[in-house]
Amino acid sequence: MKNMTVKVLLAVLALALGAFALTGCGKDGDVIKIGFNLELTGDIPKVGEASKFAAEMLKEDINAKGGLEVGGKKYKLEFVYQDNEAKAESAVNAALKLITQDNVVAIIGPNSSKQAIPAGGACNDNQTPMVSPWSTNPDTTKDRPWVFRAAFLDPFQGPVAANFAAKQFGAKTSAVLFDIANDYSKGLAEIFKTEWEKKSGAGTVVAFESHGTKDQDFSAQLTKIVAAKPDFIFVPDNYNQVALIIKQARDLGYKGPFMGSDAWGSAELMTLCGKECIGQFFSTHYAAAGAQGATKEFIDRYNEKYKYVPDDVAALTWDATRLVLQAIQEAGKVEKDIKTERKIVRDALANIKEFAGITGTMKFHGTGDPDKCAVVVQISPEGKFEFKESVCP
Amino acid sequence: MQKHTFTITMFAGMAVLAVLAQLGVINQYLQSVIMLMGVNIILCSSLNLVNGYMGEFSCGHGGFMCVGAYASSLVTVLCFSKNHILGAPLLPDSLALLAFPLALAAGAAVAAVAGLVVAVPSFKTRGDYLAIITLAANYIVISAIDNLEIIGGPRGFMGMNATVNAMNDLVQIPWMLLWVLGGTLFSVWILRRFVSSTLGKGVPAIAQDEIAAEIMSVDTNRMKLIAFMLSSGLAGLAGGLFAHILGYVNPHSFDIMKSTEVMVMVYLGGMGSLSGATLSAVLFTVLLEVLRPLEIWKWVVIPLLLILLMQFRPEGIMGNKELSDLFPKLKKYYSFK
Repeated sequence: MKNMTVKVLLAVLALALGAFALTGCGKDGDVIKIGFNLELTGDIPKVGEASKFAAEMLKEDINAKGGLEVGGKKYKLEFVYQDNEAKAESAVNAALKLITQDNVVAIIGPNSSKQAIPAGGACNDNQTPMVSPWSTNPDTTKDRPWVFRAAFLDPFQGPVAANFAAKQFGAKTSAVLFDIANDYSKGLAEIFKTEWEKKSGAGTVVAFESHGTKDQDFSAQLTKIVAAKPDFIFVPDNYNQVALIIKQARDLGYKGPFMGSDAWGSAELMTLCGKECIGQFFSTHYAAAGAQGATKEFIDRYNEKYKYVPDDVAALTWDATRLVLQAIQEAGKVEKDIKTERKIVRDALANIKEFAGITGTMKFHGTGDPDKCAVVVQISPEGKFEFKESVCP
Repeated sequence: MQKHTFTITMFAGMAVLAVLAQLGVINQYLQSVIMLMGVNIILCSSLNLVNGYMGEFSCGHGGFMCVGAYASSLVTVLCFSKNHILGAPLLPDSLALLAFPLALAAGAAVAAVAGLVVAVPSFKTRGDYLAIITLAANYIVISAIDNLEIIGGPRGFMGMNATVNAMNDLVQIPWMLLWVLGGTLFSVWILRRFVSSTLGKGVPAIAQDEIAAEIMSVDTNRMKLIAFMLSSGLAGLAGGLFAHILGYVNPHSFDIMKSTEVMVMVYLGGMGSLSGATLSAVLFTVLLEVLRPLEIWKWVVIPLLLILLMQFRPEGIMGNKELSDLFPKLKKYYSFK
């Protein structure tokens, strides 16, 4: 009996291995396959979901028109989604699977830098174009001719926040509270500090405090900050922590304004934070409220289809995917051989100098990183992120 | 003859895999899965020494893996890539092949020392308390690296690809695959040698009854020290390989989730069975890959499978038996000591 169980288990294992070896056989007709390497499960499933939703919407649009026109012929789009579980090793596997098993022309994602850096390495080594919509870490595209991104880099967002706050609040001093275990938060905090001190002189960042990723209580850091009497507090943190930080700062008697970064821009922020967040400012990729033209159209349709206002990841994925599609079109033809096709798409991507996205116009200078404008939004009394100012490099 | 069949089969298997990879029969993706499988086998079988054979409850294996990954990466990056710490590489590329195993060994050694630090307080505790200590050790390692700006802090550390490329420039064969397979074989072999040795018999003795073991002249402190160092050293080796497969490490890849994953593999395979650990590591890696298209449902299916397994076979796939105990006929064909 016991032996039986083991034998059954071993048989299952053998079957699983067999099934595994057989997966990924497919044929290509008149379709163009694009891979998506997304965080559909794990720490940040909302990010992956938003990306997937935006991509699906774009695919339906184009396929409804008969497909993507390349060199006078229409090709249907096929999007292949692979879940990377928000893990670095899984992102590499997902990328390699897309490249070797699914035979995609190009890959969109991963979004978060922790996954995008190693996956970018895998794509670059295997000569497949990759565009990360959201990754802000410079290493993702550095020395990698095959890797691109649709978001601006952290070194740009720091000065935007510093300049805007100085002007808007007439501030002379500032304080910073950031997440030390989050590369995005930490990087941005440091850039902001350098930038602010360059502007207002040494020692004008009166408090520079950090916390851990899963912290819930910030009273120790906030007490120090409040005691230092800054003109405003810069909080480059994720939206869930922002909600707690602002509430706790108010409880400690802080009356001044806050300034934030693009990680604030989640649909969840207002549910968590409520009225305490009203009137605060943050810099981000695009402003949903008060948007116009193509941006507004995208937001309205997304809202109608999925019942919530898309956050920046959705918009950036839309742009990243359109960027790739434009490159495919500009390549002028679809090669049968996937390696040649990837090569011409990469060359076309590298040739795009300017691209009008819904998150603003991107200008590329051959590094794979776009120069684009950031917007500063203010949280309105209705909880909408309203456009306040656009800051361009 | 059967004395050598196992060794011969293993090396022949390695050679076949390498040739297939070289000829492109198994593509990059499958290679990557096989490599991660190897890393998981090392992790699972090494944790099995402490959690299975010794009956302790250590849940900070990710921490040791992290130490090994960073230590060996630092060595290879300082030696073979242009870096922000020392600038120019210390050694010429042609030495990469020689230096790489040494770097892996260095990673393993540093991780073993980290294991030593955890082993000392474990002299006095076991069960839940040891779990807390190891858990804390895992957190300490990750926070420490988060705060070490010189190795990238939370941004992670990269540059290991230069070494792998240097090896490929020397001779164009799938080096990383070979190193991982070699490392896996080495780990399983050394663990097998250890637990079947006279000295190593003390480890299951501690699991049965620590006081009785002490009376029977087992130096329990020394045993724990050895078991912990061996286990964490091998985790460090796995970390070093992992870092060089990905070419990038981030401290948060080795957090409590990683440790939990390894623990799941150990209990899936059966405590105190090396073939069980190997099987479950293979099964787990394959399951994760095969079920990838299920997306969020994957995390319903896999835990459900675990619950069912624990319900109907609480001792894990193999219990505390080896493959040759379950299929005695196999003994005719191979022996593995």
